[in-house]
Amino acid sequence: MPVKGIHIEGLSKRYGSGDTAVDALKDVNMEVAAGEVVGLVGPSGSGKSTLLKALGAVIEPSAGRMTIGDTIIYDNGWKIKDLRALRRDSIGFVFQAPYLIPFLDVTDNIALLPMLAGQSNGESRQQALAMLQALDMAHRAKAMPAQLSGGEQQRVAIARALVNRPPVVLADEPTAPLDSERALAVIRILGQMAQQYETAVIVVTHDEKIIPTFKRIYHIRDGVTYEEAGEGRETG
Amino acid sequence: MISLAGRDILKSWSKFVFTGVGLGLLIGVTFSMAGVYRGMVDDAKALLTNSGADLWVVQKDTQGPYAESSSIYDDVYRDLLGMPGVARAANITYLTMQVRQGQRDVRAMVVGILPDSPGEPGYLVAGRQITRSHYEAVADVATKFKLGEHIKIRRNEYTVVGLTRRMVSSGGDPMVFIPLRDAQEAQFLKDNDAIVGQRQRTAANPALNRPGVPGLLDAVIESQSHNPYVNAVLVQIKQGFNPEEVAAPIKRWKHLQVFTRAQMEEILVVKLVATSARQIGMFLVILTIVSTAIVAFIIYTMTMGKIREIAVLKLIGTRNRTIAAMIMQQAIALGIIGFVVGKIVATIWAPMFPKYVLLIPGDAARGFIVVVIICILASLLAIRAALKVDPAEAIGA
Repeated sequence: MPVKGIHIEGLSKRYGSGDTAVDALKDVNMEVAAGEVVGLVGPSGSGKSTLLKALGAVIEPSAGRMTIGDTIIYDNGWKIKDLRALRRDSIGFVFQAPYLIPFLDVTDNIALLPMLAGQSNGESRQQALAMLQALDMAHRAKAMPAQLSGGEQQRVAIARALVNRPPVVLADEPTAPLDSERALAVIRILGQMAQQYETAVIVVTHDEKIIPTFKRIYHIRDGVTYEEAGEGRETG
Repeated sequence: MISLAGRDILKSWSKFVFTGVGLGLLIGVTFSMAGVYRGMVDDAKALLTNSGADLWVVQKDTQGPYAESSSIYDDVYRDLLGMPGVARAANITYLTMQVRQGQRDVRAMVVGILPDSPGEPGYLVAGRQITRSHYEAVADVATKFKLGEHIKIRRNEYTVVGLTRRMVSSGGDPMVFIPLRDAQEAQFLKDNDAIVGQRQRTAANPALNRPGVPGLLDAVIESQSHNPYVNAVLVQIKQGFNPEEVAAPIKRWKHLQVFTRAQMEEILVVKLVATSARQIGMFLVILTIVSTAIVAFIIYTMTMGKIREIAVLKLIGTRNRTIAAMIMQQAIALGIIGFVVGKIVATIWAPMFPKYVLLIPGDAARGFIVVVIICILASLLAIRAALKVDPAEAIGA
């Protein structure tokens, strides 16, 4: 079991019961080390989103075990009482669309996370600005989301996901709306940030152009995962 | 923690302000309705105050002269002057009618008064009081009559010699004061054909036109040709006397109804204005419900437009109470904008109403509290919807 990163063992999710029961996840086993970026690939309906929701603690798995670092999150039942705090402090999210809060500027979109965690406005904004500098976005600190390009918005979303230094980041098709160049740039940034902040990053995708960038790829089909070595062009 | 509600409002302030202005117009109507009621009550009180009377002596078993018709002989006031505690007593008549000026008609309450007696307008804004016994008038400025203009009441023309202000009937009609004799005549004056017809009827009545009693017919016709009645006698009492004490012997010995100021105020405010007050109250209730529904709809729609953002906020760990506070603060902000706009527009358009609209600070304060409560209640629907949002919605299906 890794000291850092995320470890999933025998995770399953069943919807319904009896004859109408559907097993969305049957036997998911994954291990992503701190600083590593892995791909999670599978066709539509394979269980990618269900897995992401279970990892994101927004749906409860039916069985299995999940640990983040040395903290047991799920072991045939939630072991953490405050899932909201878990999501806020330990899991970062990057979505297919950036889903930035449209009425907050770039800095406050990022600073919102530390603020929610109880930090002062000043400290939170300093952290946000540091993230923006790391992502070469400091010049857009006061811009509103609508004033940013798609690639810039996604970089802000990455900054938001990482600002609380979570041990795990879940990225749901983060490159889908981007062209090849910007998509590769986003994956490159995720890789750099994962190493810099020792974060385990799981990228759900069926974007052919970025699949070769992962060093390790988990395939999911009919709710079962199996691992494959990747080329690791950008993230290895 | 940054104010999510404030930032959202700032980002789309124009939409927010326009919505608030729309709500404000509705709130302005609500304030105006309350002002109409207050104006009616104030008109009633002004009517009593301006009459200068301490007691109203009217026909027995009536609640005249404002709430019911009352008719008493015009020499009763002489008896009253002899009653203990009575300082001054004066006849008065009230008649609501159309007063013509040139080509236009003005609905007014024509008041018959004796110069320098109770009932005379207390102050003038222009001109002078009535000094002649006939054909002079003092009008409230709301009639829009001007000094020197000629107005027509029944068949007679009057010259406007003075203008007064806030002299209105309990129904809000402006008053026109004319000499008492003219007013008595105006109350019962018939046209020439009707007079001829009445005389023929009297002459045809064998009881009134007896061959053996010369002069009887002439005496009867003479008695029919003038009006010996007035509607009330206004009484001012001597200093040191209690109105109730002065009223009691008048009721007992003169067999008349006497009202004190407090009793007359109750008749006007509680009884006469009661139906209108209920009517206005009903309007206020409906407007409150409509305002609540509108705020609820607006806030609900605004919240539904942010469902994805709310899902993201919940996913990244925002507490439910933070999201609820954001929605409630927006609703309250909308209410505050609406209140300010409503107060301003009500103040602007109040003088344009044909009747007196009285906006009092107490109503505004109560209105503010009601608006805030309405907004809080209206936001509950949107809060409920927002709290139901599953954070999983932020993650692709």
